[in-house]
Amino acid sequence: MSLVSIVDVRKSFGSTEVLKGVSVEIARGDVVAVIGKSGSGKSTLLRCINGLETYDSGAIVVDGIDVGKERDNLRNLRRSVGMVFQQFNLFPHLTAAENVMLAPRVVNKETPGESARLAEEMLAKVGLADKGTNYPSQLSGGQQQRVAIARALAMRPNVLLCDEITSALDPELVNEVLRVVEQLAREGMTLILVTHEMRFARDVGTKLVFMHMGKVHEEGPPKALFADPKTPELRQFIGSVH
Amino acid sequence: MVEFTFWDIFYNLLLATRWTILLSLVAFVSGGIVGLVLLFARTSKVGWLEFLTKLYIEFFQGTPLLMQLFLFFFGIALFGIEVSPWLAAWLALTLWTSAFLTEIWRGCVEAIPKGQWEAGETLAFSYVEQMRHIILPQAMRIAVAPTVGFSVQVVKGTALASIIGFVDLTKAGTMLNNATFRPFLVYSLVALIYFALCFPLSWSAKKLEKRLNVAR
Repeated sequence: MSLVSIVDVRKSFGSTEVLKGVSVEIARGDVVAVIGKSGSGKSTLLRCINGLETYDSGAIVVDGIDVGKERDNLRNLRRSVGMVFQQFNLFPHLTAAENVMLAPRVVNKETPGESARLAEEMLAKVGLADKGTNYPSQLSGGQQQRVAIARALAMRPNVLLCDEITSALDPELVNEVLRVVEQLAREGMTLILVTHEMRFARDVGTKLVFMHMGKVHEEGPPKALFADPKTPELRQFIGSVH
Repeated sequence: MVEFTFWDIFYNLLLATRWTILLSLVAFVSGGIVGLVLLFARTSKVGWLEFLTKLYIEFFQGTPLLMQLFLFFFGIALFGIEVSPWLAAWLALTLWTSAFLTEIWRGCVEAIPKGQWEAGETLAFSYVEQMRHIILPQAMRIAVAPTVGFSVQVVKGTALASIIGFVDLTKAGTMLNNATFRPFLVYSLVALIYFALCFPLSWSAKKLEKRLNVAR
């Protein structure tokens, strides 16, 4: 059974239809790379999965929770779906450790001791065990993004959404973040990544979704698609980013 | 007939100043509390709640404070409830202050990047939890300077309470003028005392603005 099931989802901003009937099935443990030109609807699709964006018709079901129907139950949905943003969105008034432990403490009502231990564990996981007391402004972009990943992981999500998480980073900082994501993939975390890192999509992804003009234009195993794109659009897209 | 020396006048004005300070403080604190509650309603994204708060704010920002004082002083009396000038002044100034503070603070809340809200939402925070743990701690930094700056308006606003019979600095000035017939001296002193109250506030507002901006 699919962990995330997206069926014929449509979404318009005003008179512009950005999602024109998108369907994707994602199983537990899948690492899905969503690629496509800007404006193809990939970020909007991602934001629909955890209810940051509403959709007009169709259905998205995550881990048995119907995203469209259960607006009141968003809290349960969001405990199950983590998200990492392009701009990190760390809380600047809190230290790295406090960023990580805030949601476990406030939302999951863990004790300060428990959440502190959890923060330590998660920061260690992303290789920042020694940066717990630093404020975001004292960290590099790559470190900030890794704290953001640790913050999302601290809620023990079933799915992690990554919205172009390396696009705001200097080139030399991209790899340290990708290594963390790769590690998560190896541990069996279900990942949905909107990304421009084609090599990463091919090497780490278990499934590639190519979006074009608001639709899934092509999908399948990344290595096969990269080696032999079926549609001229994908062929052109792969050519343009390489 | 009693002769009033300069010091008599000054001393009596200072005595009345205590009431001006007390009314300012009380109105500012209670106005701040009401304002904070309204701020949650105003930024709640709940349509009718935002509409009602907006209406409230428009009313208290769009009508003269003096008229609001009259409404409380005479209006409540219509229902057969005795209202002291102190109570009416406190109520009117509280609501008036809350309306302005809510708007000032709303601006500060809206200055926090949208990504902060989204990060909170994504981590399953409720609206109140987002405000309490993520938005307000950041917005407060920005809000300190304009809030202290607005306190000057509250201090000056208390002068209107003299018209409904509250014996504050202004009322004491009027009474002393009636007794001494030295309006220029009396009102100059009144103005000086108001200035002595307000200047440190506006000065520290400027200082705070500078300091908090640099630290960012």
